[in-house]
Amino acid sequence: MHTLSAFVRKEFHHILRDRWTLIILLVTPIIMLVLIGFAMTTEVKGTTFMVVAPERDVSTSELVQILSQSVYFTFAGYLPDEQAIDSALRQGMAGLIVVFPSHFASDRTNTGTSSVAVITDGSDPNTAKTLTNYASAIMLGWAQKQNTTIQNTLSIGIETRLLYNPAMKGAYNFVPGVLGMILLLICAMMTSISIAREKESGTMEILLSSPMQPVVIILAKTIPYFFLSCLNLVTSLAMSMTVLGVPVRGSWVALICVSLLYIFVGLLLGVMISTIANSQLVALLVSGMGLMLPVMLLSGMMFPIESMPFPLRLISHIIPARWYVSAMRKVMIKGLGFGSILTELTVLACMSAVLLVISLKKFKPRLE
Amino acid sequence: MNAIIASNLTKKFGSFTAVDHISFDVSEGEIFGFLGANGAGKTTAMRMLTGLLKPTEGKALVAGFDIKKQSEKIKANIGYMSQRFALYGDLTISENIRLFGGIYGMDAKLIAEKRDRLLDELHLKEEKDSLVSRLPLGWKQKLAFSVSIFHEPKIVFLDEPTGGVDPAARRRFWEMIYAASEQGITVFVTTHYMDEAEYCNRVSIMVDGRIEALDSPHALKTRYAASSMDEVFQMIARKATRTAD
Amino acid sequence: MLRYLVQKEFLQIRRNPFLPRMILMFPMMILLVLPFAANFDIKNINLVVVDHDESMLSERLVKKIESSGYFRLAGYCHNDSDALGMVELGKADTILEIPYGFDKDLGKGSVPEVLISADTVNGTKGGLGSAYLTTVIQDFSADLLQEIQPISGNRKSLITIESQYRYNPYLLYPNFMIPALMVIGLLLITGFLPALNIVGEKESGTIESMNVTPVRKLTLILSKLIPYWVIGFLVFSFMLVLAYFVWGLAITGSLLALYLAVLLFVFTISGFGLIISNYANTYQQAMFMMFFFVMIFDFLSGLFTPIASMPEWAKIISYASPLRYMIEVLRGVYLKGCTISDLKGQYLPLGVLMLLFNSWAIISYRKNS
Repeated sequence: MHTLSAFVRKEFHHILRDRWTLIILLVTPIIMLVLIGFAMTTEVKGTTFMVVAPERDVSTSELVQILSQSVYFTFAGYLPDEQAIDSALRQGMAGLIVVFPSHFASDRTNTGTSSVAVITDGSDPNTAKTLTNYASAIMLGWAQKQNTTIQNTLSIGIETRLLYNPAMKGAYNFVPGVLGMILLLICAMMTSISIAREKESGTMEILLSSPMQPVVIILAKTIPYFFLSCLNLVTSLAMSMTVLGVPVRGSWVALICVSLLYIFVGLLLGVMISTIANSQLVALLVSGMGLMLPVMLLSGMMFPIESMPFPLRLISHIIPARWYVSAMRKVMIKGLGFGSILTELTVLACMSAVLLVISLKKFKPRLE
Repeated sequence: MNAIIASNLTKKFGSFTAVDHISFDVSEGEIFGFLGANGAGKTTAMRMLTGLLKPTEGKALVAGFDIKKQSEKIKANIGYMSQRFALYGDLTISENIRLFGGIYGMDAKLIAEKRDRLLDELHLKEEKDSLVSRLPLGWKQKLAFSVSIFHEPKIVFLDEPTGGVDPAARRRFWEMIYAASEQGITVFVTTHYMDEAEYCNRVSIMVDGRIEALDSPHALKTRYAASSMDEVFQMIARKATRTAD
Repeated sequence: MLRYLVQKEFLQIRRNPFLPRMILMFPMMILLVLPFAANFDIKNINLVVVDHDESMLSERLVKKIESSGYFRLAGYCHNDSDALGMVELGKADTILEIPYGFDKDLGKGSVPEVLISADTVNGTKGGLGSAYLTTVIQDFSADLLQEIQPISGNRKSLITIESQYRYNPYLLYPNFMIPALMVIGLLLITGFLPALNIVGEKESGTIESMNVTPVRKLTLILSKLIPYWVIGFLVFSFMLVLAYFVWGLAITGSLLALYLAVLLFVFTISGFGLIISNYANTYQQAMFMMFFFVMIFDFLSGLFTPIASMPEWAKIISYASPLRYMIEVLRGVYLKGCTISDLKGQYLPLGVLMLLFNSWAIISYRKNS
């Protein structure tokens, strides 16, 4: 016990001495949360739109007016003709163009219908769809109001209820993901680099040839990062609750349990990586490329897993972050308790058991 | 003619004075030993002389150039071998030689000729295309020294060149240093092996950042009535208050 | 002198056990794996239906929804709380509740009301999901109307909306993501790797060997950057070719404009890498610093979400991100047929950033520490 605490203290000294890294480690989750929470939304407001209207009349002006009255659009002027549309979009002068045909008003009186074209820059599909939906809904709403003669005998009323996140804040979706990534970063990457550094400097050999059990060595290496992760967990949760307004609606006990389990898995991953890495650079590259990238992409933290093709969906099952993110979403945002996250807990527990066995087996023989 | 003239050279790091107003001269062609315990300030002093560090006070002329204002000219005229024998481990012997020769402005044909001659002398001809990292320590050391004088500089600075090598290998290394000195290269060498001091023309002993003794080994032994430089050093170093780095 | 140093760098890169493999893997991953994953497209929305009516009409509605292609029917529930349970467990994303009397009410001429509940933990998914569902239901009622009241005279108030999506008419996500991802690849190779290289020399001490030689500051820095510039260009061109053969993505704008931007970008980014290598003394520090900045650049450069939707402070920071301009260039040249004159608004800021970063790098590089 005495040796263990001496070693843990030495590890803490190492960490504290590298001030830059420590600062970055503690500050990164906060910054990520702020960035993702505030800057990453797909809601577009105040998009500039322009209009092509060869014949301007009451109806076209009315439509232009109600569009610009909406919070989503800002009127930026009329374009002379359809040729001007391309350069307006390309140079970013407008995000949406409404084109009225030449006989808009008279068409409607004569044939009963007319068409309006809504043109957007399709580069960003979701934004394009969203903007088009907004504009269409507004214009169709106007048309409906104009109608006095049609019997709306076959209309279906629709009430929409938005669950859990009625304000549709992007933060709700991302915060669990950010937590998952940061905790993994600290636990896996830093642990593996720390052990690899010992190997590189040769002091690992000394440790292993001492009567200290390999388990104790592993513990000594992982405990400081365990504390760092807990610290980060607390600050991140505090940040997301206060600044981002993402509440923890569900059971705190469940949240803490699954977080601790995840941290444990992360630490074991770090140990395992260190058993195959003989130098810091390798540990860094493996945990960086081999862990961070898949986690960012396949954990469901940013991109919905359901939209991915089958092979990628399959791979995402072995990424611990995926289960953590899913559990945290259920507990934090949907307000659920233990019962709902049993699958995630079981999977994470199995992963940690497997990793523990592998790490213990590979640890001592490695240096022979 | 003096290859190196140092006068009141000082280096302070905050409130810590690593090198404390040292003054000395080194004549051309001399083998000058810069001795002292670990932490005495030798490496810091040498880094100032090679233009790697700017002095806090004092001045020095190396190969006739001022270390503060003409450090680039100094670099063109000196060779250097650092404590860590730093040659590029992932380059071959031949590639390392070509690189350093090229940096000092030697033309390709000359580099090739000298390289072949050098490798012959060192009996490393077959290893020409081996990676330096594969060489045993003793070979790396000799190679690093040869590379440091490859461009025939006026002065060569050696920072603890024989660390971690057995006594026999160390003696062979010093034979190489003699050979260089005979060619007219001034050798400025720091070491904490006191027996190597016997090989130098003159030595200085640094204690706590100051030069406490400066003379030929013979004269020092006589003055301190000692039979070896080691004894001389013990007597002088007993006054030391600083411990190792 | 420069020639020898550049030669040495290339040799070292080739001999490194990891680097060449990584350099090849980057473009592969970026073009062959990432686009599949980095996809904000909403598909396969799981729908659970609570059908109190269980009539032919309600069945018809559900069938229509299923055939729309957006939704996957996850099942039927008897009541709202069961359905909510499925949403809680993540088995369903949307609930459609059809009231009792749906069929009869429509026949009578009164307006039955359905309830759409959407899981908006993922706001985009919830929003688009309920929008799609709404559209399908509206179409359904239009279909019914058609059957009973074919086109009659008094429909003056109808307008149809034709939507046109320029530059990416089929709204393909890869078209949006891949050009941007190529920029990330370039960032890693020309910014990240040289920085790691220099820090590596610091860690092994070989940098001291260089510092004592007559090699000038500028020469040394150039020798470290040139190999990665060359590699960066080659890899980028390789990615262009790969994008064409794998995804059918071809440049619609000016190739010259593109390479001009690449030149500016590479110079800018490698300057940035240099700054980091000046401040970091170990691999770990370098890695974390780079990670930190790459993260900020990634999120604020319009890679994933549009800059237009960001709050003011984020937009201001994004002006300092070289990635932002480069991504705009790439999307512009790939999708919008941009030429040199169209991209003035990108070249200029990139040029400014390039001067800024490189000056800072040169000043902070201390050969005599």
